[in-house]
Amino acid sequence: MKKSYTKKSRLAGLLTAGLLAVLSLSANAAAKTDFNVCWTIYAGWMPWEYAGTQGIVDKWARKYGIHIKVTQLNDYVESINQYTAGQFDGCTMTNMDALTIPAAGGVDSTALVVSDFSNGNDGIVIKGEGKKVADLKGMNVNLVELSVSHYLLARALDTADLTEKDLKVVNTSDADISAAFNTDDVKAVTTWNPMLSDIKAKPGVTEVFDSSKIPGEIMDMMVVNTQTLKDNPALGKALTGAWFEVVALMNAKSAASTAALEHMAKASGTDLAGFQSQLDTTRLFATPKEALAFVDSAQLPATMRKVAEFSFEHGLLGEGAKDSSAVGISFANGVTSGDKANLKLRFDPSYVQMAAEGKL
Amino acid sequence: MRLINRRPDRASRLILVILPFALLLFAYFMGSATRLTENPNDKLLPSAVQMTDAVKRMAFTEDKRTGGYVLWQDTASSLQRLAIGLGISALLGLCLGIASGILPLFGAPLSPLLTMLSMVPPLAILPILFIVFGLGELSKVMLIVIGITPILARDLEQRAREIPVELLIKAQTLGASTWTLILRVILPQLLPRLLIALRLVLGSAWLFLIAAEAIASTDGLGYRIFLVRRYLAMDVILPYVVWITLLAWLMDWGLKALTRKAFPWYEGAKA
Repeated sequence: MKKSYTKKSRLAGLLTAGLLAVLSLSANAAAKTDFNVCWTIYAGWMPWEYAGTQGIVDKWARKYGIHIKVTQLNDYVESINQYTAGQFDGCTMTNMDALTIPAAGGVDSTALVVSDFSNGNDGIVIKGEGKKVADLKGMNVNLVELSVSHYLLARALDTADLTEKDLKVVNTSDADISAAFNTDDVKAVTTWNPMLSDIKAKPGVTEVFDSSKIPGEIMDMMVVNTQTLKDNPALGKALTGAWFEVVALMNAKSAASTAALEHMAKASGTDLAGFQSQLDTTRLFATPKEALAFVDSAQLPATMRKVAEFSFEHGLLGEGAKDSSAVGISFANGVTSGDKANLKLRFDPSYVQMAAEGKL
Repeated sequence: MRLINRRPDRASRLILVILPFALLLFAYFMGSATRLTENPNDKLLPSAVQMTDAVKRMAFTEDKRTGGYVLWQDTASSLQRLAIGLGISALLGLCLGIASGILPLFGAPLSPLLTMLSMVPPLAILPILFIVFGLGELSKVMLIVIGITPILARDLEQRAREIPVELLIKAQTLGASTWTLILRVILPQLLPRLLIALRLVLGSAWLFLIAAEAIASTDGLGYRIFLVRRYLAMDVILPYVVWITLLAWLMDWGLKALTRKAFPWYEGAKA
């Protein structure tokens, strides 16, 4: 019996060692040549699909002597969680999720390219005609809790002097929100495109608020691990270069740009007209200059303070957080907000600046 | 000695029982410690202290916004849904199982239908369920019912067919009507089997409950897990998973004890 027991424990030791090796493998940083970035389907991120599949990322990566693998994930939150856990060096996400998931989770992250802001891509819809934001009082509102939809709702309620206590939020998965809106139980929803256009198109409904009323507050960005970026500036240069090449192509108004747009439309599961209408409510920065101007503006720190406030009130900054300044954020020109000793989210315009100056 | 004949004695058996659990825990906490030394804010593998804090917060501290105790509220709503769902399924499954297993006239249309229905993945027809049952409590209970009733019914149908024909004939020669036969012969034979079948579908029932709560909800264990997943709060998710496992195990144990207590004559209860 004793023999078999020692055999067991040796096996156990091996197993544990193996598990530990796997667990600790993911954490090693320093200079490397192979990188993984991920993205999920969303109008403003489809250029990454094009850049990844049409060899544009490869071309730029080769220029800087590295390899970048661009992976599409099906689940948005899961993609951010994977990035936060260290499986990816970069990932597409919104400003709020960048603050509340990787940054609040202690993963120092850099917003490499702020690529667009939602300009009507997120909205609040109530059944019935001629409704107003004030009508939300006492209603059940279906939305993905703690997402940008939730933030949009909070901002909408501000405009009508209501608070979240005046209504009830029902957490509803984004995949099911269109189907949910067809049921009698659901009277009001907050969601984003493509579900939003679907829901808005139903007869007898009113869109009472949308993100174009809070321009620049819900932004989409490519977020990269700060340490990895610091050790490998080539990654930042290649990604930024590839991004603006695709965006320039989209805005070229040539046969090639139509072909590119058609490709992206198909990849996002719609047609050119549908994709174009989603792009119309997405303020995609057409040039590095525009993107730079947005990141350099004084509005960005103010927006992020609002987002941090909302996140803190909803417990998204972690239980250790004493107030909304728990997670520090840095901006262009040395501006910071929140705890300077705990800077975890950085808006670093230097790569976009290089693109604007044509130095990539 | 052949491997098949080697049995652990009492002491080593205990060690063998504990060993896999200890190994898992050890691997987990080593991994957690490694990640936490690199990044003290890491959320993926929280330490025991972080999880204890989370439990304190969720279970023993009043929620600032609602004034309730989150874990207990979640548990109460989830268990209520589960109990109603299981209750309805058990009753329906028993009736359908008896009807299709004992009465050939009912069996002809029911049996193939049940076989078909048990193959339909309920999660795949969710949008239809929403439109028919709405998004409230009803749809969550119905998802459980639709998910497990066909399985229960099919199992009981098989068990009903296994009852020796001699028994049924004998009862009839003693003057039993169909109704008496079902009440006095079939039902006592099938009730313990129902409890065992319920134990086997408990896992599926939990699965459907959590899926339903993830889709549209304002409380429940599944709701909380999917909500805090949004900011990778594994310090909350892991204790919730342990709690769900414990609840499921307790329910399984309770059904087993009930089978023994209520039907001590039923051999299968030893399983």
